[in-house]
Amino acid sequence: MAYQCTISGFTYRFNDLKELLAKASPLRSGDVLAGITAESYEERVAAQMCLADLPLTTFLNEAVIPYETDDVTRLIIDTHNKLAFAPISHFTAGDLRDWLLSDEADAVTLQQLAPGLTPEMVAAVSKLMRNQDLILVAKKCEVVTRFRNTIGLRGHLSVRLQPNHPIDDMKGIAASMIDGLLYGSGDAMIGINPATDSPAATSRLLHMIDEIRERFAIPTQSCVLSHITTTVQLIQQQVPVDLVFQSIAGTEKANASFGVTLPILQEAYEAGLSLKRGTLGNNLMYFETGQGSALSSGANHNVDQQTCEVRAYAVARQYKPFLVNSVVGFIGPEYLFDGKQIIRAGLEDHFCGKLMGLPMGMDICYTNHAQADQDDMDTLLTILGVAGINFIMGVPGADDIMLNYQSTSFHDALYLRRVLDLRPAPEFGEWLLRQGIMDQQGNRLSDGSQKQFYSALLPA
Amino acid sequence: MNELKKTDTDADEWSSLKAYTNARIALGRTGVSIPLRESLQFKLAHAHAKDAVYSQLNLPDLQASLSASGLPIHSVRSQAENRDTYLQRPDLGRLLDDTSTAKLQQLAGSPVDICLIIADGLSATAVMQNAGTVVNLLVEKIRQAGYSLAPIILVEQGRVAIMDAIGGLLHPRLAIILIGERPGLSSFDSMGAYITYAPQPGLTDERRNCISNIRDQGLPPAMAVDKLMYLIHAAFRLQLTGVALKDNDGLLG
Repeated sequence: MAYQCTISGFTYRFNDLKELLAKASPLRSGDVLAGITAESYEERVAAQMCLADLPLTTFLNEAVIPYETDDVTRLIIDTHNKLAFAPISHFTAGDLRDWLLSDEADAVTLQQLAPGLTPEMVAAVSKLMRNQDLILVAKKCEVVTRFRNTIGLRGHLSVRLQPNHPIDDMKGIAASMIDGLLYGSGDAMIGINPATDSPAATSRLLHMIDEIRERFAIPTQSCVLSHITTTVQLIQQQVPVDLVFQSIAGTEKANASFGVTLPILQEAYEAGLSLKRGTLGNNLMYFETGQGSALSSGANHNVDQQTCEVRAYAVARQYKPFLVNSVVGFIGPEYLFDGKQIIRAGLEDHFCGKLMGLPMGMDICYTNHAQADQDDMDTLLTILGVAGINFIMGVPGADDIMLNYQSTSFHDALYLRRVLDLRPAPEFGEWLLRQGIMDQQGNRLSDGSQKQFYSALLPA
Repeated sequence: MNELKKTDTDADEWSSLKAYTNARIALGRTGVSIPLRESLQFKLAHAHAKDAVYSQLNLPDLQASLSASGLPIHSVRSQAENRDTYLQRPDLGRLLDDTSTAKLQQLAGSPVDICLIIADGLSATAVMQNAGTVVNLLVEKIRQAGYSLAPIILVEQGRVAIMDAIGGLLHPRLAIILIGERPGLSSFDSMGAYITYAPQPGLTDERRNCISNIRDQGLPPAMAVDKLMYLIHAAFRLQLTGVALKDNDGLLG
């Protein structure tokens, strides 16, 4: 179905919903690369005006990727909760934007609404929002998850400790782990990107983290980010798997390029549950996403990259994840060119994920060929903190020596906790106190009590 | 107010752990923030990486460094006109511009076994530092093995897959491209090598084999050449490259 909008006597025509969404999307290099952006500034605003007037029911009647050819579309349509949608079924996308910002929309109402929202509705409303709107509404959402501790409580900020090493050297990884723990990071999880996908290497790493975690009674969870089929294999061998990781995307074909299908995800989720390793809760899936992944595998179906990204969140929420991480700037400048585009995408992803009901965190990051630097990351870090992000990455000195990109550091996390008065996950915060690593105010201590900790792990 | 004491920003007590990793650990702190010393070290590494991304091939110097190979050398350009276009339009970096296409059409002649291509990629610095040594060693070994060689092709603003466009015009049985890799903070001068059997437009990356991190502090040029020779022999024997060409000799570890 075609849509149109007239401005100063000129009528802009949009052939279908996906074209309208793409042209309404704030400018980013990935959509330019895909050849689907608005051709002028005016056309972009015309598309946004047209989108604002679109009834939300349109999104239920017109799929951006056909139901018959894409299992993510089928998932979205088949799991849509009409009861949750009913209170807003008479809204346009623009009405939804205004209502989300209103005082009527509070945390509880938003939680009830989430199952009634499709990713395309959420993507559409984000395209109508300024950055401050994305921050304000995201801050209203509270998504709390539990495994061995509690993540996402208001006023708390957690950190994934990411102690990567180029050749998975055990001592090298342990050294970065200790550094991070002594800087108060690691409550979201201790998560390693392995250099190879070998089951044996993954198993060794999982045993190593598990041993340290048990020895010091650290209330956290671990993950080695191997392919999900490798993880399932390890679960069957009774290897201590806490969180089950997979990269996912918003189309069937893009997921296929990651070597994953919805049934594989379901099987892995059930395998993870079978281990019963969570002590406080059963959220155990860990998903990574990122704008541009569908286009990079030639699987975007001419849908804009931000809409594709939100469709990935529809996949994620099926499996009640513990953490969802948008690795926003990792993909490179052909998708998000500079700091401005990365910052906008970061705010969109966090907002859309939260509105869909997901425990959103972010790898606030960039590669060296993007026009971005640590100042841009400071900006995004700070505003995501204001927006109430559940967790960020903690990489030694923000420099990942395995993946060769820059993220956020243990120091960055302490900065954010300090300027916004945020605390670690409560169980982890108590552990930091008991260990003499931090005081009540979140100041790092240096009273010698750490020595036992690190010298015990790596005797000189 | 009394004279203020300078802030102690020494490395953390566990700095002995630095022996186990090159990661930036035990950095010390002022308050909860990173000491200036470490902040500037980070900025310097990032500056090197950015400079490498925007570095350009110095064609006369590069040609001089390749002269020992004794091969004719031709330079071409991709359709990406400048670095910012190159960074945002990888598709253009995979295609030859019209002048270059015409140039290579004229070069096409009797069939050859191997065509060596050198492209700036994401770090011309890496290429300027490593390509000469690798090519001269490699040409010597290729000749000893009895394979024939096409002229060397230098590419500005080139991506890996431009080897397919070049292959489609020169029709070598096999092409090798040496190309600057995306700079990391600890390595802004890493060169990669990709090898493709029967290169032609339309191939995808699973049809190639790759050797990465070629530089003195990474995979030294002599070892890189040994690995390339292993791949060349295997590719001609199996008449393919890519995922089906496995590292059975453990040479590509």
